[in-house]
Amino acid sequence: FPGLADVSLPQDIPVEGEITVPVGSHSPDEDYSTLDEPVKDTIMRDLKAVGKKFVHVMYPRKSSALLRDWDLWGPLVLCVSLALMLQGGSADSKDDGGPQFAEVFVIIWFGAVVITLNSKLLGGTISFFQSLCVLGYCVLPLTVAMLVCRLVLLAGAGTISFIIRFLVVLAMFGWSTLASTAFLADSQPPNRKALVVYPIFLFYFVISWMILTFTPQ
Amino acid sequence: MAAADELKFQEFDDAANLLAANPDATTISIDEPVEIPKNQHSRLQEPGREEDDELLGTDDSDKTELLAGQKKSAPFWTFDYYQTFFDVDTYQVLDRIKGSVFPVPGKNFVRLYIRSNPDLYGPFWICATLVFTIAVSGNLSNFFIHLGKPTYHYVPEFKKVSIAATTIYAYAWLVPLALWGFLMWRNSKVMNIVSYSFLEIVCVYGYSLFVYIPTAILWIIPQKVVRWVLMVFSLCLSGSVLVMTFWPAVRDDNRRIALATVGTILLLHALLAVGCLAYFFDAPELDLPAPIIPAHNGTTVITKSH
Repeated sequence: FPGLADVSLPQDIPVEGEITVPVGSHSPDEDYSTLDEPVKDTIMRDLKAVGKKFVHVMYPRKSSALLRDWDLWGPLVLCVSLALMLQGGSADSKDDGGPQFAEVFVIIWFGAVVITLNSKLLGGTISFFQSLCVLGYCVLPLTVAMLVCRLVLLAGAGTISFIIRFLVVLAMFGWSTLASTAFLADSQPPNRKALVVYPIFLFYFVISWMILTFTPQ
Repeated sequence: MAAADELKFQEFDDAANLLAANPDATTISIDEPVEIPKNQHSRLQEPGREEDDELLGTDDSDKTELLAGQKKSAPFWTFDYYQTFFDVDTYQVLDRIKGSVFPVPGKNFVRLYIRSNPDLYGPFWICATLVFTIAVSGNLSNFFIHLGKPTYHYVPEFKKVSIAATTIYAYAWLVPLALWGFLMWRNSKVMNIVSYSFLEIVCVYGYSLFVYIPTAILWIIPQKVVRWVLMVFSLCLSGSVLVMTFWPAVRDDNRRIALATVGTILLLHALLAVGCLAYFFDAPELDLPAPIIPAHNGTTVITKSH
């Protein structure tokens, strides 16, 4: 059956929407009735899901909520806010030297895609969008660090502020890496865990570097 | 009768029963094609391992070439095809890195470490790490060099990351491509004992770049002598890995061409190192006190006019 040998479907087919475990509470009627409910309910449900995932990132435990009901809203919001905050704030950004908005965007999304592909190629069992979701959500501590850095820079740009910024960024970098490793490392074969964790480390290191070297004009 | 039988729909027995009846029949299994060639590959490698790695690699290289081709039998548009290039464990990657940093004289990196299991993990992530290490180290080094100056305003120089990425990835992938093409061309003219597949060349180049990562970090030290000593040292290490890999492949060729090939490999490698040092790391210059110069000019002009 030579023809059938070619029909090897990849482990996952990228689908849009939720990958939910079929639990009894999800009856077919609920899916149809979202058309009838007020828009506020629909939005609040999604917002609550995003908020719950933020909480799961800040307190990484072995919960599967991040993995099961993936969404990319949180990562998008985080990425856009991080890229906006990394802008120098000056209109003439020609000799700014810092990363442009597009560069930050590309680094985060392209980096997350590459890391996901890497972990799948190494034999990971996690799905493509689940991994993107986890990597994107774990940028949250670094976004908080960026916020703190900007606030500290408002107060002054001396050595003390640099030390404070350095410590904050270092702590948040560690938090991000540990959070994403906690979620992603389980889906890897045990003798390749380090091979998967290292690119994640590099990814958050680059983002931390961009945050730490941010200098306003 | 036979024709009528053939036209009728025939029931086929279970595969096991048919195979029991006719053990030599060809069978096609729809399992992972990677599993079976691997076992054969490891069995055939056993007698080859005791020999000298670089010399007399005739049977070894032929068989490993064939089996390397057999391993990647999934069509290239499926995901499984690319998965075969990431079939390495952590300890294997670490071993390969160690082999590139501590080259054993006389041992061929490809034969010793890669052994027909070239991976793309090492080359890709070593290049990515090198890109960011060079950019970050260059930025840090410039910061420390210009630290005291009042006119200096720190910029993260983020554009250099994209330049570093282009340079290093182009070097790590296009030069192996050119080298592979060249070796294939020479192979068609002169029968070489040792020949490498494209992925093995990419692998060697990728792992040989690893020694530049600690070198780039140490280049932060703003002393010219230190930097050049580091450069020569790392060039010797990674260059020797490359030379020991490719010398057996061109040795049987015309003497001049062999030397020219190895010379070009080393030259390009050196150019990469020198270029990176020159572009990303500012020279630690000595500041000349500025006010003295106009006074000299003034006095010379006055004296000359007399």
